[in-house]
Amino acid sequence: MQQMNPETKQGALADTMEWLDARFPATETFEYHMSKYYAPKNFNFFYYFGWLATFVLVNQLVTGIWLTMNYVPSGDGAFASVEYIMRDVEFGWLIRYLHSTGASAFFIVVFLHMYRALMYGSYRGPRELIWLIGMAIFVALMAEGFFGYLLPWGNMSYWGAQVIVSLAGAIPYVGADLMEWVRGDFLMSEVALNRFFALHVVALPIVLLGLVFVHFVALHHVGSNNPDGIEIKKNKNEDGVPVDGIPFHPYYTVHDIHATVVFLFLFCAVVFFAPEMGGYFLEKPNFEVANPLKTPEHIAPVWYYTPYYAMLRAATFPLFGMDAKFWGLVTMGAAVVIPAGLPWLDRSPVKSMRYKGKLSRWALRIFVVCFIILGVLGVMPATKAYTILAQFCTLLYFAYFVLMPWYTRVEQTLPEPERVT
Amino acid sequence: MKAFFRPIAFLASLAMLGAASVSWSAAKNDWPMEAFEPDLTDLPSLQNGFKLYANHCLGCHGLQYQRYGRTADDLGIPRELALESVVFTGQKIGELMTTSMDPEQAKAWFGATPPDLTLEARLRSPEWIYNYLKTFYVDESRPLGVNNGVYPNVGMPNVLLPLQGVQRYDAETKQLSLDPGTGSLTAEEFDQAIYDLSNFLYYVGEPSRLQRQRLGIYVLLFLVILGTFTYLLNREFWKDVH
Repeated sequence: MQQMNPETKQGALADTMEWLDARFPATETFEYHMSKYYAPKNFNFFYYFGWLATFVLVNQLVTGIWLTMNYVPSGDGAFASVEYIMRDVEFGWLIRYLHSTGASAFFIVVFLHMYRALMYGSYRGPRELIWLIGMAIFVALMAEGFFGYLLPWGNMSYWGAQVIVSLAGAIPYVGADLMEWVRGDFLMSEVALNRFFALHVVALPIVLLGLVFVHFVALHHVGSNNPDGIEIKKNKNEDGVPVDGIPFHPYYTVHDIHATVVFLFLFCAVVFFAPEMGGYFLEKPNFEVANPLKTPEHIAPVWYYTPYYAMLRAATFPLFGMDAKFWGLVTMGAAVVIPAGLPWLDRSPVKSMRYKGKLSRWALRIFVVCFIILGVLGVMPATKAYTILAQFCTLLYFAYFVLMPWYTRVEQTLPEPERVT
Repeated sequence: MKAFFRPIAFLASLAMLGAASVSWSAAKNDWPMEAFEPDLTDLPSLQNGFKLYANHCLGCHGLQYQRYGRTADDLGIPRELALESVVFTGQKIGELMTTSMDPEQAKAWFGATPPDLTLEARLRSPEWIYNYLKTFYVDESRPLGVNNGVYPNVGMPNVLLPLQGVQRYDAETKQLSLDPGTGSLTAEEFDQAIYDLSNFLYYVGEPSRLQRQRLGIYVLLFLVILGTFTYLLNREFWKDVH
């Protein structure tokens, strides 16, 4: 960034900044995080999604606040209040669709953000903690989405929550009591609705914001990884500035502004022209009010949970005296948590997929394909053939992680470049 | 650049694979459905649908999330006229279109409370509603003497029978046929009537749909223009970076 000419620093604005800086580290913070934060200059397409996730988070918070103004968290009022928002609140339909589409968009950008980390080894040292915080964000986000999904109080909301909460019942000894404790009732009812509302609009947003904040703090402390997976801080000029770095502001701000507009184009195309997204963003049975006596023909979670749901259902046999449902719960939990181990499972001498060997490349490809197949299977009824396929893909999903210490060590890697390419 | 695009191409092909395999849909009744194209710009059709609904459906099926006034405004019906021609319950124009039928009694009469239909077109589809209304036929084995092709063993009586006339089902040819002269409308008139009714329910399912699509075009156009400038801004800043 250009040095400010001292003469132009005169005037009211400069005075205000001086006054402010004496009392609050405004300029210092801006420089640390933006104008003197040096990011590698070889970021590619996949480096947009961190910012886009932040952008969607803000969208969810703002639209969420406006929805809360008219939403009624009660068994009698919830469903009707959503329709009230859709019909009688000025632009209520827009606020609601921005929020419902935002939920799916959140998972799309987060999945791509995580895929980027897998591809370029962003989880490797010194960024292990960023990865762990990111995993915590992912878990919190899944919980946030789960609690939020009950709130429209449609029939799929109701039965989806019923199925997931009933998983607690698979835990030995305490299961039945735990399930009742979570629901606060003998079945899903207004009690659970009120709890989920409190968790969705107060507790988890606070957790998410806190985690996202520390995710940033940790990232800006160690600096970003890049598609070559080499450390730009190893090569600094006489001013201590990384030679392959570039100030985040203005270079990546103008990058991200453009990415935001492109993202908004796609996002708004869905919001304005296909908010139901063929029943995947808004499921059809949810246009009917929750009914404890009427189970939907086919209960499927929203698309972003389906890979995990498929793994849950893939456990079909009892083991060690525990029933299949318990092992399903364990499998699903493990599937969510196991990526947290990546910084220690990856033993490759190089970080980026560009310089890793054939085994790593195929492992990642197979992993992604399995994850998508599981996602598709999660919305299908569990027939015998599908279950076998789900079991096979579940095994490969875990194999990606469990075998990583082996395949990252035995393969032939390419030499990393000295400078970013 | 090749290294840049390779992972994107990989993801894109996966997305297509996923989209192709998700073309699965829930197991459905295999009754052959007639195509139905709703048209929200056809105000006379929607107005007629509204009138038919008020006369033939609202007695049992409420539209409890939708208001008379909003509906009249959207369909281009003056509010006074709407009060005269479609509000039979003594309600005010700003009120919700609830049914006056007692749900407990309804359950005793039909075995189930007639569902509210505000969101029926979103829950099922306008095509489903159209075909459902068209395929009632005489079936003496059923308590109400009628059955339905799209919704077998439905508990609803054939309320549109005076309009359509008596329809019979031939199990061998799997064809429905009308007894001529038994209905007050011709087959074409009846088809038009249930088209209007289904079209109206499609409107009621999401009354803001047209506004949404109109606004959407402007939003996307604005984003294209804004995107042009943000692209140029980005290029300007990056042109000297190597």
